[in-house]
Amino acid sequence: MKFARAGAALAAVALIAGACGGSTATPAATAAATAAATTAATAAATAAALTDPLGVVQVPAGEPIHIAFWGVLSGADSSLGEDSKQGVQLALDDMGGKFMGHDIRLTTEDALCTPDGGATAAQKLAADSTIVGLIGSSCSDETVGGIAAITAAGLTTISPSNTRPALTDPNRDASYAGYLRTAHSDAFQGKAAAEFTYNFLHLTKAATIHDGSTYAQALQQVFADDFTKLGGTIVAHEAVTKETTDMSAVLTTIAAAKPEMIYFPVFVAAAGFLSSQIPNIPGLENVKTMGADGHFTPDYLKAAGAASIGHYLSSPNFGAFGSGYADLLKKREAKFGGKPLSVFHAHAYDATNILFAALTKVAVKNADGSLSIPKGALRDAIYATKDFKGITGTLSCSKSGDCGAPVIGVYQITKQNFDTLTMPDKVIWP
Amino acid sequence: MNVRRLDRLTDVAIDVFMFTFRAVIILVVVLGTALTLLSGKYTPADWLQLIGKGITVGSIYAMIALGYTMVYGILRMINFAHGEIFMGGAFAGYFTAMALLQSGALTASVISGLFAIAIMILVAMAVSVGLALAVERTAYRPLRNAPTLVPLISAIGASLFLQYTARGFFGSGVYGYPQVPFLVQPAPIPLLNMRWVDVLVVVASFSMMGGLYLFIMRSKVGTAIRAVSEDKGTAALMGIDANRAIVLTFGIGAALAGAAGVLWGLSYTQVSFAMGFVPGIKAFTAAVLGGIGNVPGAMVGGLFLGLIEVVGPNLFLTGFGVPSPTQLKDVVAFTMLVLVLVFRPSGILGERGARSRA
Repeated sequence: MKFARAGAALAAVALIAGACGGSTATPAATAAATAAATTAATAAATAAALTDPLGVVQVPAGEPIHIAFWGVLSGADSSLGEDSKQGVQLALDDMGGKFMGHDIRLTTEDALCTPDGGATAAQKLAADSTIVGLIGSSCSDETVGGIAAITAAGLTTISPSNTRPALTDPNRDASYAGYLRTAHSDAFQGKAAAEFTYNFLHLTKAATIHDGSTYAQALQQVFADDFTKLGGTIVAHEAVTKETTDMSAVLTTIAAAKPEMIYFPVFVAAAGFLSSQIPNIPGLENVKTMGADGHFTPDYLKAAGAASIGHYLSSPNFGAFGSGYADLLKKREAKFGGKPLSVFHAHAYDATNILFAALTKVAVKNADGSLSIPKGALRDAIYATKDFKGITGTLSCSKSGDCGAPVIGVYQITKQNFDTLTMPDKVIWP
Repeated sequence: MNVRRLDRLTDVAIDVFMFTFRAVIILVVVLGTALTLLSGKYTPADWLQLIGKGITVGSIYAMIALGYTMVYGILRMINFAHGEIFMGGAFAGYFTAMALLQSGALTASVISGLFAIAIMILVAMAVSVGLALAVERTAYRPLRNAPTLVPLISAIGASLFLQYTARGFFGSGVYGYPQVPFLVQPAPIPLLNMRWVDVLVVVASFSMMGGLYLFIMRSKVGTAIRAVSEDKGTAALMGIDANRAIVLTFGIGAALAGAAGVLWGLSYTQVSFAMGFVPGIKAFTAAVLGGIGNVPGAMVGGLFLGLIEVVGPNLFLTGFGVPSPTQLKDVVAFTMLVLVLVFRPSGILGERGARSRA
């Protein structure tokens, strides 16, 4: 009896090991797809004639063309995903909800801001053969979990808010072939935060806290490296989990190292708990704090309470955005009301427009009114985006998927921001 | 014969494994503590601060844990929706607080502030009790005679239903409790660096738990509840209305969870629709730790878990040079849970009713 149970356990272990080993398969990259792209432009081509190494999506006459948004839509960090989703919807509205005579259908999938959630959402979307392209994900973790499934399905996704540097590293894994982003890489954001702290605030001792997410972990590492390079010292390198509510243990550890600045580029919930608890720890009453775009949202002000006043935040520099931004904000307010929920709605708007600009280049209208969309050619067309006049700047996509224009600004929360629950709109640096 | 020998061999192997497991954990704990204390990285004031915080966190866990343990004691069922009852109380307290803030009652003076907090707690208790009774009536009572797994699934469903209903009503963002000026002042308690809000949490939870204990042990209704939890059938034959006792149990557990929700909001500021999940799991752990079904056990378990979570990682792991030990607080807490269950399978104070089922 016991022997049988041990056997079952062994079998289970073997199964798990097998499953882990089997997940490395990735399809060939899109090199061969370029050839197909040239033939795709002929409008007279019939559906049967069009081939593509990654497959062709047929959109029958009268059926909508199907795109998807995946990102965090529930939980404490959902304002990030909702904000991007609104950007996508505004872009679709500007097209009149139509593309080459077909309605546009937008599916959304909640990816929970975790690798598992990302994998589940991506697998679900990859299995839907009507989808032509995706916008997402919100959190870098979701992409880490989900991108393999999307690339394997021949699909391409453009993320409006992933900022982890490794995602668009020139030496990234082939499974990232279907991944681009309009968000800036945190290589820029972390550097800006370090320069601001050292050169502008003239502080030399900093502590960092991350929440175990790939986003925060990478960003605080960039900050730490650049801060040390400038001549500063990182006195404490700490971490919490996303679910932590009581921060006294980690803060006591940090207080013992006597930093002048605590840098915590984490998400809203953890940032709120940290900010509200820092003033209660002896030794940290006067420490400066700084965060990043992950909690640049009025939700953070609510979560942190009055302790948010004086907090520094890095984020895309809205002042450097194109002239269309004011107009977009007006449309946003008319459709959804209130102020933006987070900072990446304009990036999502641009990402959607890049996707449809590429679709215009490769989609083939057939005689019966149906559309044929070669997925490989679409991917190549997105990578070929050059000097695209977006709201976040003039965008060109690199070979490794970076389309964003990295202009970072530093903002500071004032009492007025807290009283009115609005985010600051004037940079204090640079 | 071969089979029997194999059996004996596996028994020995298991014994050896269990012994090494216990020995290793205890060695790690003792050695880690010694190394940490010798390293002198933290001052005694730091430790006292952590202990104070651990007691605060622990007393909130304990209040929620009572709801799990009481319902388990009477129905032998884990009420997974209990974390959401706590969330409901926190939201009720939030909206009451906003109203009281507007009228100025919350911030005018210490007396009116305390009065306002009492009102918030009462409203939260009422809302939580209402929610819990509705859940009991619709999701549990119709399944009372079904196999044990059925109400468990129903409980998970109720939990998700409440969570996402709250999301529909309040959105997915966070809400911040208003800051009460006198509560964030440091309290003049020697050695322990506590703010008044921590004192409030500890005093309120201890007095409520004490009241509950007396109620269960001394009052007639409490005796009825204990009778039903021991044997429903026999209690009914003695003229006790079992349904009434069960409803009362749910109500008391929910009232404590609602009060805990307000105390949580006052000390951690932010509330959101998903806030009940993690404290719910932690409180369930605390209930198991103390011995599920055992009322004082839930209190002890809650305090133990809170202390281990806040003090444990720094105490056990810093000495070994583990980087950012607080990230591992759940590992430490759940290892302690395993350790306790290895030595005392029925929890610190023992599982109630374990004998009657054996």
